Amino acid sequence: MFGWVIVGSALAYIGLLFLIARYADRRAERGRSIIANPYVYSLSLAVYCTAWTFYGSVGRAASAGIGFLPIYLGPTLMAGLWWVVFRKIIRISKQNSITSIADFISSRYGKGLALGVIVTGIAAVGIVPYVALQLDGIATSFALLWHYPDVTSSAVGFTDPFGGTAFWVALLLGTFAILFGTRHLDVTEHHEGLVAAIAFESVVKLFAFLAVGVFVTWGLFSGPGDIFTRAAADADISSLLRFDGGVEEYWDWGWLMVLSALAIMFLPRQFQMAVVENTDESHLNKAIWLFPLYLFVINIFVLPIAVGGRLTFASGSVDPDNLVLLLPMADGQRLLALVAFIGGLSAAASMVIVATVALSTMVSNDVVIPVLLRVRSFRLGERGDVSSLVLGTRRITILSVVLLGYFYFRLTEGALPLVSVGLISFAAIAQLAPSILGGIYWKPGNHRGAIAGMVAGFTVWAYTLAIPTLVESGLMSDALIESGPFGIEALRPFALLGLEGFDPITNGLFWSLLINAGLFMVVSILTDQTPIEQRQASIFVDVFKGASERTQASVWQGTASFVELRSILERVLGSPRADALLMRYAATRGIAESGELEADADLVTFVEQRLAGAVGAVSARALVSSAVEEAVLSRDEVLDVLDETTRVLAYSRQLEQKQRELEQATEDLQNANLQLLELDRMKDDFMSAVTHELRTPLTSIRAFTEILDDNPDLDHDQRSQFLDIILKESERLTRHINQVLDFAKIESGTLEWRMEVQQLGPVVEESLQRVGELLRRRNIEMHIDLGPSNLQADFDRDRLIQVIINLVSNAVKFSDPDQPRVWVTLEQADGEARVTVADNGPGVPREHHELIFEKFQQVADGDSGKPRGTGLGLPISKEIITQLGGRLWIETALGPGAVFRFALPLAISPPADDPGGGEAVERTGTDR
Amino acid sequence: MSARVLIVDDEPNIVISLEFLMRHEGYEVEVASDGEEALELLASFQPDLVLLDVMMPKLSGFDVLQRIRNDAELPNPVVVMLTARGREAEAEKGKALGADEYVTKPFATRDLVAVVHRALEGR
Repeated sequence: MFGWVIVGSALAYIGLLFLIARYADRRAERGRSIIANPYVYSLSLAVYCTAWTFYGSVGRAASAGIGFLPIYLGPTLMAGLWWVVFRKIIRISKQNSITSIADFISSRYGKGLALGVIVTGIAAVGIVPYVALQLDGIATSFALLWHYPDVTSSAVGFTDPFGGTAFWVALLLGTFAILFGTRHLDVTEHHEGLVAAIAFESVVKLFAFLAVGVFVTWGLFSGPGDIFTRAAADADISSLLRFDGGVEEYWDWGWLMVLSALAIMFLPRQFQMAVVENTDESHLNKAIWLFPLYLFVINIFVLPIAVGGRLTFASGSVDPDNLVLLLPMADGQRLLALVAFIGGLSAAASMVIVATVALSTMVSNDVVIPVLLRVRSFRLGERGDVSSLVLGTRRITILSVVLLGYFYFRLTEGALPLVSVGLISFAAIAQLAPSILGGIYWKPGNHRGAIAGMVAGFTVWAYTLAIPTLVESGLMSDALIESGPFGIEALRPFALLGLEGFDPITNGLFWSLLINAGLFMVVSILTDQTPIEQRQASIFVDVFKGASERTQASVWQGTASFVELRSILERVLGSPRADALLMRYAATRGIAESGELEADADLVTFVEQRLAGAVGAVSARALVSSAVEEAVLSRDEVLDVLDETTRVLAYSRQLEQKQRELEQATEDLQNANLQLLELDRMKDDFMSAVTHELRTPLTSIRAFTEILDDNPDLDHDQRSQFLDIILKESERLTRHINQVLDFAKIESGTLEWRMEVQQLGPVVEESLQRVGELLRRRNIEMHIDLGPSNLQADFDRDRLIQVIINLVSNAVKFSDPDQPRVWVTLEQADGEARVTVADNGPGVPREHHELIFEKFQQVADGDSGKPRGTGLGLPISKEIITQLGGRLWIETALGPGAVFRFALPLAISPPADDPGGGEAVERTGTDR
Repeated sequence: MSARVLIVDDEPNIVISLEFLMRHEGYEVEVASDGEEALELLASFQPDLVLLDVMMPKLSGFDVLQRIRNDAELPNPVVVMLTARGREAEAEKGKALGADEYVTKPFATRDLVAVVHRALEGR
C-alpha cells in the first residue's frame, strides 16, 4: 500500500478528532455540552480498550485461546459493584474537587507531599510502558500495511530515532493532549473536547473491529460454525478452546479478573474518564450495563479472528498480534485493512491522550507545585501567575511522557507481547487499590500505612514483574529467574517463597497485593493519624452520611486575611474567575459585597476547595497554608472540639429531660387544679346546703315572730301553736349550728374528748330517750334489743350519744312513711360491742355506700330527690367512732332498708363494786 | 272575687305561716307539699298566683315553673319563687325560667305580702 495513503488517512482521522474536540469545546463554552449524557460517558469509559484489545486480544487468543477473556470478565463483574464502590469515589471526588487518582489518595491521607509523589511515580511507571505499547501498535501496523507482504520484524524496525513513524505519532498525540487537555485551568477540570474525541474513537474502534470480524467470519469462512468446526479438527487449535490446565489455571483466571477489576477503576486514564470528567453521578447507572455491553460486543469476534488466523497462516509464520490487519491484507481487502488500521490507531491514540493528560495533572498538582511551594527561595506563594506555571508543567509532562514512551518502545522494540506489558502495567496500578479501598471504607487507615503498603507492594511488583522483563528482553542474564538472587531459590521472582506453578502475573500480583494490603493495615493500626487525616478520613468514609463542608471547617482553627485569600484565588484562576467565585460564595451567605466577607474557617475551606479543583488538593493546601496563619491543631485539640460537641449533646439531653419533667409537673398541676376546682365546687354546694338548713328554721322563726307581733289579737290556741313552732325551729337551728361547729372542730382537730370506761347499754337507752319525742311524733314502731347489759367500752359519752341520735334520726327520716319501723340492737361479737340501727326505708344504693360518709357529700333521697340535713351527720359520726377506736359502716344486703352499724373494742370489766368507775381521760383529737 | 293563691312548700311550719299570711290578706288558699301535688292543684284550683319553694321533694320548684310556662294546658299564674339558697345564680335561673318575683328566705312578712300584692296587681 502506498505510504502516503496510510499517512494521509491517519492524518485525516486525527484531523477529524481535532474538529470534534474543538466543536465539543465550543459547545461547552456556550453551555450546551454534548458529553453530558450517559451514552457518551459510557463510550468514554471504553478508553479501557486500547491497542492491546484491538491487536493483543486476538494475539493472546491465537496463542492462549480463551485466556484473553479474564481481562474483560473482571471489569464486567466489577461493573456490578460500581454502584457501591465507584459511586462513592465519584461522590467523594466531586465534594472535594479531586483532580486525579494521586490527588484522591493524598487527599484522603492528609494532603501530604510524599503520597502524591509516590502515587504519581507508580502511575508514571505504569503509564510509560503502556504508552510505548500503543506507539508500538501504531508503528507496527503502519509498517505492516506499508511493507506488506514483507511481514518480518526487521522490516518494521527503524534506524533513525527521529525518522520513524512512532516518533511523529507520539508528537502528534502529545500535541492533541496538550491542546485539549491543558487549554486552561478550570475548577471543574472538565475537558469536554477531549471526552468527545475519546467517545468518538470508541465508536470507531468498535466499528473497525466488528468490520474485520464480520469479514473474517463470513468473508473468509462461512460463518462461525465453519470456523469452529475446522478448528475442532485441528488438535493444536482445538486445545485453545478448552480449559485443560489444573487448579493453577483457575487460580490464574481468578487473579487476572481481580487485576482487571482493579484496573477498570484505578488506571489513571479510567479514573480520569470515569471520575474526573464525570458530569453527573447518575450517568453511572447506565454505564453499569452499557460498558460491559461494549466489552462484550468488541470481544465477540476475537476467537473467530484468532482461530481463522491460525487456520489461514502456517504456525509461527506471522505475529498473531497482527492478525487483525493481516487477514484482510492476505485476501487483498486493502480498504478493510485501512479501516482496521484506523481502528487500531483510535484505540492507541485514546489511551495515549487520556493517560498523558491524567499523568500531567498528577505531576503538576501533586509533585511540581507542592515542591516549588516548599522551596522558599522560589517564592511561588508570592508569584503572580501560578496558573501558567501549572499549565506549563502539564504541557511539558505530556510531551515528556509520550517521548519517554517512544524511547521505551525503541529500547524494548517489540521484545514483549502486547498483553504482558499491559498486565504488568495493570499490576503496578493495582498497588494503589489497598490505599484507595481502605481509604473509603476503613477510617483508621493512615498515611504511614498507605506509604508503607504502596512502597512495599511496588517493590515486590518491580522484583517479580518488572525486572524479569529486562531478562526477557535480554538486558539481564536469566540466572535471576532460574536460580534466584545469589542462588537463593526461595527468592526466585516467579516463584517467591516456593510458590510455583502459577503465571508470573498471578505470582507477582498475589505477593505484591498481600504485602501491600498487609502493611497498610498493620502500620495503620500501629501508628496514629494526624488531625487533618482524621478529618479527611471521616469526610471520605462518611461521604454518604452528609459530611458537609461545615464539618470540615469546624476543625479548622486559625486566622486568615480576606485580601490574601482573594489574591491566591486570583493568581491561580485569574481575576475575573476569582471575583465571580467570591461573589457567588457571598451570595450564598446573603452578603452583597464579597469584600465584606469574613475570612473565617468556611471561607478558607471554600477557597481551598476551589483551588483544589484547579491545582489539586495538595497544592491547594500548600497555597492556602502560605496565606493563613494556621493554628496547628493537635490531636488533643481535635479531641477537645469533639469533647465540646459531646458536652453540648449531653447538655441538650439534660434539657430534654428537664423539659419532660416540666411537662410532667405541669400535668400534675393541672390534675391537682382540677381536683381543687372539684373540691371547690363541692364546698360551694356544701355551703349552699348548710345555708339552706340554717335559713329554713330561721324563716319560720322570723315569720311567726312578725305574725305574733302584727296580730296581738290572735286567739290563745293559735298563739301557743306559733310560739311552739318558734321554739322547735330554734332548737333545730341550734342543732344545725352545733353540727356545723362540731364538724369544723373535727376538721381542725380541736374537739375535746372525755374518755371513760363505761357500760354501753345505758348510753343507748339515753340516746333513745332524747329522740323519744321525735319517735312518738312520727309514730315509729321501735324494735329495741340491748342484749347483755354489761358490755363496756372506753368512750366519750356525749359523742357516742351524738352518733346514736344521728343514726336513729336518719333511720326515722328515711323509714317507710306509712309503716315506719326502726330497729336498734346492742350485741357482742368477735370481742367487739356492736350497735346496729336499721330502718325499713328505701335503703342506700350500693354505689353510694362509700360516698355517704364523705364530707360535703349529700346523696339525694332516692324517692324525693331532695337531700335532707346538712350532709354532715354521717361524716361526723364516722369520724367520732374512728376517734374512739371503732368502725362505722353500712351493711350491705341485710334487708330492704338501710342498716348502719358501728363497733367499739370491748374494755376490760372494771371492778364490780365500781360499775360507773374508771378514770376519765381527757385528751384532744390533735393526735389522730 | 278574691284572688286564689297556691302555696307550694315541703316545710310544714313555713306553709303554716304562709297560709296564715295569705288568708289574712283575704286570698283563697290551697297548699301543696311537693311538686307533683302542685301540678295537680294547678289544674283543679286554677290559682292566680303561686308561692313556689325551690327545694322540694319529687319535683323541684324550677321543674314546676318550667311546666307551668311550657305546658299550654296548664293555667298561667303569677309565680313568686321562694328559696333558702342565697345564690345569685338561683335568682337568675328563676327569672330566666319565667318567675315573676323571687324572694329569699328568711323574709320579712310585710315585704312578702307587698310583693304578692304588686304581682297580682301587675297581671
